[in-house]
Amino acid sequence: MNKAEILVIGSGPAGLKASLSAADQGAGVTLVERDPFLGGQLVKQTHMFFGSKEQYASERGFKIAEKLTAAAEEHPGVRVLKGAAALGYYDDNVVTLELKGRVLPVSYDAMIMATGAQENTLMFPNCDLPGIYGAGAVQTLMNVYGVLPGKRVAMLGAGNIGVIVSYQLLQAGVEVPAIIEAAPEIGAYHVHASKVRRMGVPIYTSQTVVSAHGSDALEKIIMVELDDSWQPVPDTERELDVDVLCIAVGLTPLTEILFQAGCEIAYIPELGGHVPRRSAVMETSVANIYIAGDVSGIEEASAAMVEGTIAGLTAAFNLGYGRDSYEQKIAAANLELDALRKGPTGEKIRTGLQNLKKTGEVRQ
Amino acid sequence: MRIQVHPILEFKKGKKISFTYDGITVEGYEGEPIAAALHAAGVRVLSHSRNFKRPRGFWCAIGNCSSCNMRVNGIPNVRTCVEPLQDGMTVETQQGRGVIGGVPGE
Repeated sequence: MNKAEILVIGSGPAGLKASLSAADQGAGVTLVERDPFLGGQLVKQTHMFFGSKEQYASERGFKIAEKLTAAAEEHPGVRVLKGAAALGYYDDNVVTLELKGRVLPVSYDAMIMATGAQENTLMFPNCDLPGIYGAGAVQTLMNVYGVLPGKRVAMLGAGNIGVIVSYQLLQAGVEVPAIIEAAPEIGAYHVHASKVRRMGVPIYTSQTVVSAHGSDALEKIIMVELDDSWQPVPDTERELDVDVLCIAVGLTPLTEILFQAGCEIAYIPELGGHVPRRSAVMETSVANIYIAGDVSGIEEASAAMVEGTIAGLTAAFNLGYGRDSYEQKIAAANLELDALRKGPTGEKIRTGLQNLKKTGEVRQ
Repeated sequence: MRIQVHPILEFKKGKKISFTYDGITVEGYEGEPIAAALHAAGVRVLSHSRNFKRPRGFWCAIGNCSSCNMRVNGIPNVRTCVEPLQDGMTVETQQGRGVIGGVPGE
């Protein structure tokens, strides 16, 4: 059987940082990624990051991915397995991987799950028509592969993903006739929202899409205004001709393997749905299974990197590595997280984490 | 449709190659996902729902949702949004659940 001292599943910002921080402390890391490249969703992010120098502020996401990928691939303590999808959890600390059409069982001493999240869908008549795509999926198609999603693209959702992807659609030369947001307010950082508005894209708040139309693929959508209780206002329906509608209505953590491993799970809407309960240093209710990034609650990539660092340091510490520097490094990471989560933009995540904590203490 | 110029990104494309989609020869770049090459060639319907045969396209682009499953080189249920394109591939619209080791076109 293949043996990993610390098995890290997922090589997005959280998984890469977890691998590097654990390996820097002297632990042996096996990093598993189902894509043929490392970096997770950072590889498609062309916008510059906020935060501080520790989270690569003012750098573009894909550049951060290049740096962290090179660091992981060159690190003597990190073994990288690309094109390997984690399939399932088995007793006695074993996870099976699919690699080149074969099943490969791997046993571990500690495991860090950094599997990320998937995009939410929204139900309305004909919401399954080709041409209705996840906003993140369109970002991948466009920014990683250089393929245009369509000619006229409407965006449903004015959170950070919706607004940033709209801007990137404009950069790629696509017309964006509308950003539609059911809430009365724009959820995205205002610096991003102002930028798309200056470029002439209207953001319609308190409106939504009630149906889509087209024979084999999307041709038009019907929008409607919503009242204070989120109900459609009669006689406000209007048509919009578009060949693509991007859905940017949030993400759901990818927790399947953690459910399977018997980790205690809580339902916390502010964190994106079902999330594992965890200690302050990212350990789940199952000993030696840690989490980091979106799988632990939907948040920005900068926070995912810090959580990855905390999970990596703790997994290594509990296996006897980096005993001297642990407390100091965790304290520094916690200060970074506090800084990222302060202010009105961090309110949702702070509430979510408080509600998760109310479900009881996990370990220590 | 492909992006020709971009203010920030340069696209590192693989070698230009050809493959077949339901018997028609289509061009794409080696290593890009099959669904990306099909989308660039104007193909938006990749599969059909099992019960009502409704057209289905690309959705998640991370290999999670199964909306883009097709038969590739005779193997059913290939996630074309993540499967790298190779020269000479046979890509077909899948009927129903697909049969492993089945007859091509089944």
